[in-house]
Amino acid sequence: MEITQILFWFLSALAIAGAVGVVASKNPIYSVLSLIVVFFAISGHYVLMNAQFLAIVNIIVYAGAIMVLFLFVIMMINLNAETEPVKNIYMKMAGVISGLTLMIVLVAALAHSESANIIMRKGTSVGLTENLGKALFNDYVVPFEISSVLFLSAMVGAILIGKKDSAKARTALKQ
Amino acid sequence: MEIKWYIFLSLVLFCIGIIGALTRRNSIIVFMCIELMLNSVNLLLIAFSKMHLATPNAFAGTMATSAQIFVFFIMIVAAAEVSVVLAIIVMLYRNTRSIDINFLNRLKN
Repeated sequence: MEITQILFWFLSALAIAGAVGVVASKNPIYSVLSLIVVFFAISGHYVLMNAQFLAIVNIIVYAGAIMVLFLFVIMMINLNAETEPVKNIYMKMAGVISGLTLMIVLVAALAHSESANIIMRKGTSVGLTENLGKALFNDYVVPFEISSVLFLSAMVGAILIGKKDSAKARTALKQ
Repeated sequence: MEIKWYIFLSLVLFCIGIIGALTRRNSIIVFMCIELMLNSVNLLLIAFSKMHLATPNAFAGTMATSAQIFVFFIMIVAAAEVSVVLAIIVMLYRNTRSIDINFLNRLKN
């Protein structure tokens, strides 16, 4: 067994265990921590596939920014005080069965296709920062700039949704 | 490494995300399961970009680069989406004192 295969199986087991932890844990804080483990495992897969730029972006954006936002929200609304309302056991079983059925159908459909046995090439320079940066700023400049507008609108929308209703607050102060 | 192991890995992650989104009622955990599904799709896209490099095709290099740029833009959109959805969840908690996902039908008022 090569070292890359050992690393692949280790990272896959880590990712799947983390994903199960996200779904199964009662406390939302533990879910967030398991999700961070999943993101690091997926970044390890990116490094294995020689996509270093996306591995770093994945760590910075997902494990760095998004997960901190999740933790911040969970700590702000203090979920530990109340327990999560339990869903009907039949609904839970129906969800698990339908998810597993989808997985079995997709795996069975893809397992015997010919192109599933293509061996991935190793050691390419596609995922390096130089190549991706050239592509991003030559062919994809317009989507890149539009995404900055998207970020601006997302920021304005988040602030608008998140802030307290000022008219309601003013009437509450007067009374 | 054959491509099928990566396909199976991302399928398993995607279906765990679906199971979580169907069975949990905490809206933050449902949203984290959606993030998990997004990440499994990203993993599959990068695996396919490597797979295209192995096939004899004149455009294989540009196709592989485009796949990785596509993943980059998916991450951008996910980051923008997370901020808005978390603001909605905070607003839901402020109005109903709960983040049960069934209370989202009261979002209007």
